[in-house]
Amino acid sequence: MTNHWSDIKNADLVLIMGGNAAEAHPCGFKWVTEAKAHNKARLVVVDPRFTRSASVADFYAPIRTGTDIAFLGGLINYLLENDKIQHEYVRNYTDVSFIVKEGFGFEDGLFNGYDADKRAYTDKGTWGYELDEQGYAKVDPTLQHPRCVFQLLKKHYSRYTPDVVSNICGTPQAAMLRVWETIAETAAPGKAMTIMYALGWTQHSVGSQMIRTGAMVQLLLGNIGMPGGGMNALRGHSNIQGLTDLGLLSNLLPGYLTVPMEGEQDYAAYIAKRTAKPIRPGQLSYWQNYEKFHVSLMKAWYGKNATAENDWGFHWLPKLDIPGYDVLKYFDMMYQGQVNGYFCQGFNPIASFPNKAKVAAALAKLKFLVVMDPLATETSEFWRNAGEYNDVDTASIQTTVFRLPTTCFAEEDGSLVNSGRWLQWHWKAAEPPGEARTDVAIMGGLFHRLRRMYREQGGANADALLNIDWPYLRQDEPSPEEIAREFNGKALADVTDPATGAVLAKAGEQLAGFAQLRADGSTASGCWIFSGSWTQAGNQMARRDNADPYGMGQTLGWAWSWPANRRILYNRASADVSGRPWDPEKKRLVWWNGKAWTGTDVPDFKVDSAPDEGMNPFIMNPEGVARLFAVDKMNEGPFPEHYEPFETPIGRNPMHPDNPKATSNPAARVFKNDMELFGTAEDFPYAATTYRLTEHFHFWTKHCRLNAITQPEQFVEIGEALAKELGITAGERVKVSSNRGYIKAVAVVTKRIKPLTVDGKTVHQVGIPLHWGFSGVARNGYLTNTLTPFVGDANTQTPEFKSFLVNVEKA
Amino acid sequence: MDMNRRQFFKVCGVGLGASSMAALGMAPPAAYAESIRHFKLTNTRETRNTCPYCSVGCGLILYSQGSGGKNVAQDIIHIEGDADHPVNRGTLCPKGAGLLDFVHSPNRLKYPEVREAGSNEWKRISWDDALDRIAKLVKDDRDANFIEKNDQGQIVNRWLSTGFLAASASSNEAGYITHKVVRSLGILAFDNQARV
Repeated sequence: MTNHWSDIKNADLVLIMGGNAAEAHPCGFKWVTEAKAHNKARLVVVDPRFTRSASVADFYAPIRTGTDIAFLGGLINYLLENDKIQHEYVRNYTDVSFIVKEGFGFEDGLFNGYDADKRAYTDKGTWGYELDEQGYAKVDPTLQHPRCVFQLLKKHYSRYTPDVVSNICGTPQAAMLRVWETIAETAAPGKAMTIMYALGWTQHSVGSQMIRTGAMVQLLLGNIGMPGGGMNALRGHSNIQGLTDLGLLSNLLPGYLTVPMEGEQDYAAYIAKRTAKPIRPGQLSYWQNYEKFHVSLMKAWYGKNATAENDWGFHWLPKLDIPGYDVLKYFDMMYQGQVNGYFCQGFNPIASFPNKAKVAAALAKLKFLVVMDPLATETSEFWRNAGEYNDVDTASIQTTVFRLPTTCFAEEDGSLVNSGRWLQWHWKAAEPPGEARTDVAIMGGLFHRLRRMYREQGGANADALLNIDWPYLRQDEPSPEEIAREFNGKALADVTDPATGAVLAKAGEQLAGFAQLRADGSTASGCWIFSGSWTQAGNQMARRDNADPYGMGQTLGWAWSWPANRRILYNRASADVSGRPWDPEKKRLVWWNGKAWTGTDVPDFKVDSAPDEGMNPFIMNPEGVARLFAVDKMNEGPFPEHYEPFETPIGRNPMHPDNPKATSNPAARVFKNDMELFGTAEDFPYAATTYRLTEHFHFWTKHCRLNAITQPEQFVEIGEALAKELGITAGERVKVSSNRGYIKAVAVVTKRIKPLTVDGKTVHQVGIPLHWGFSGVARNGYLTNTLTPFVGDANTQTPEFKSFLVNVEKA
Repeated sequence: MDMNRRQFFKVCGVGLGASSMAALGMAPPAAYAESIRHFKLTNTRETRNTCPYCSVGCGLILYSQGSGGKNVAQDIIHIEGDADHPVNRGTLCPKGAGLLDFVHSPNRLKYPEVREAGSNEWKRISWDDALDRIAKLVKDDRDANFIEKNDQGQIVNRWLSTGFLAASASSNEAGYITHKVVRSLGILAFDNQARV
């Protein structure tokens, strides 16, 4: 979230699209209720299903799954056509005036630079701004230049007329226009809409671009940085925010630093590439500090062994040959027999990854699998024949499986990062059952053994392990406090203010924040964005002052929020160019007091930069402003374009009906043999989407009696019209199949899903809750991901769980 | 008041702080006093925690029984929302309201186990056996398949034949130490639940 849960109360309008907060995040959704009750806010829900979020909305519009870019692209066109944009904000805080290089183009559904054989844009050279001799981007403040971002944007979305959009999305035009009109009202300075989305946007082959389109709408309306505004990703789990912040992804290091590519053999070049210089005069471009964060990380990991002479241990880090070994890539490798060992720490891939048959076959090719979990997951028993739910030949599966019991939340100390970026400390209340241990103890125990073996026996690249700094009191089990202090960071030598020479932190002291980090090896910090969470003053994550002195809901004394305890990102943009809040009464967040930036939140800005110095609010970007034109950052192009799901119920992209290359995301990676497993509408005519129920959490709560009682048995939702067509009555068992397998479940016949008219056809949608499996105290069921396709978003590789094709018949 | 001395002290000691216990002073008949169930919560320890399910991060209060002594195992008997928490303000959703059944699920794992190749059963093993065996498998595979240099002779120091899937609800501290260990081994097939 750019903002956070309690801040939703400041919204004038709430758009829930690509999520269902009322059921999936109920206690966060209460802030929507709060906004409606106390801020006269309205709630608009756009979703394939009439969800419980929709049931309390002021207005609901149905949409075909996977078509949100068309809906929002139409909205962009509507805003531009009707001049419903926040002019001063757009002109000053976005890149509308920037001139794009000559040669950038878009034709027949494809941007320039596409290589169809590689399914990738191999030449992105013109996806950028024209620069002048000093290296600054050229701009045209009049916005008239034909290649300025404003004109290109206008042209790109002019094709998304109400007729075209309604034809793609199946949303009736009147409902669509009403949603657009309502949203357009928040273009008024001082009015804010928040967008709340979740996996309903991320889990598509165009998921990143869906989110991007939402963000572009928010920029045009001037809603980013505003209290009650922002782009709010409602993360699905309690700490995937934190684990992502800590870089537990193939290509990341802690704090959104990145793993080097193998071509990056030179440390200085690695740093230089990530140290973006400002491309407009007077801008901050905060990533210029990259080396301070990187060196501090390497000092935290390698201690005294990381030195200037060895480039701070740069070559101990593994180097990538491809953009990343994400889970789809890796399970494909596993499926091909290229993987020997795998660890699953609190993760149930056979249930959570697409095309269960492929995932199970892949696991069966491992030599060893190690599962650490509090619960008996399906993955740990993928070799067990569970009849129709997991029909495998146990004896032929030669994988050795270790299952290690872990603690759960109640049995350990530590911190989690919620969706609003709050690091909240929690305390142990009881011992775990039996011999269960913490994940820290397991990793510590394993590492301790490995180091002993490498020390005694030697082995491949032993230095990378043996040089790790492991300063913990117990070698086999570091304490959570020691680790938390390490990721915050400390001074290794006295840290001084470069201007005055004053000592900011003495050697050995905890650092106050990332501004104290240095690139000379005098500081260590394991995750720069968490710096400030455990200072000399102690554990800031454990703070419990819920005071809200300004009534803005920012509660700066509760827990600790990254970065720098800042609650709303980009909050400088909540004030106008002169530093005055757009709405000084109800949206008072940060302002210039004549000498410094101050406010009800921690300003996201250089605190002493006066408004007339011309520094712009988006300090992480070298432009200083937000990008409507994504330059070369997105794999399928600088502007989001509608592409069909890989399994499309209409068989063509109505935007580009004659170009099959542009039917589905042209830059999405598809593995050999997976393409062949995509089904077509002739055999699988219904558009399906998976989702959560409010009574269950993923595959965990089927192990919990109370939740199993409230939702004991697997079901699917089909609309009344489809049920009538198929002769299915409520409560009957049905078989739902895709080209990859089938599940059987009880049919819930509902008014909540209505057929839509799309591209001249009637499209029925089927809703498939995901919570059942072959272990637990609820009734056994089929893993829903038996059905889903093995393809991901072109940027994140997040699987397309939300749009695929099925057939439905009586079981 | 017809109760024996021991019962009397027990009731007073436990119950005086609790409002409804004050009614005892009204001298109920013996049979009533005998049937009083003491409030479980009056003798519990409260521990602050956060919900492990979705990302709202609701504050929790865990109530556990036990003396709190070093050699006494606490038993969690009740979980409710933390009324002071600025986001959930004491509320819990249908998922969070069932958390006690997660803590005490019959499917909680208790001991390290191994399923040998081709076998149809779990075998309980000790932690030392489990970690020793895993460490050996890791070292053997790493030493056999570690790539120090690529075809162009560039230093790459990666190990691709073993991967690591990190969690979704493990703490930052567990995540950080996991990252430190995993990268030092040269693993690149590394993701957490955020990937999906």
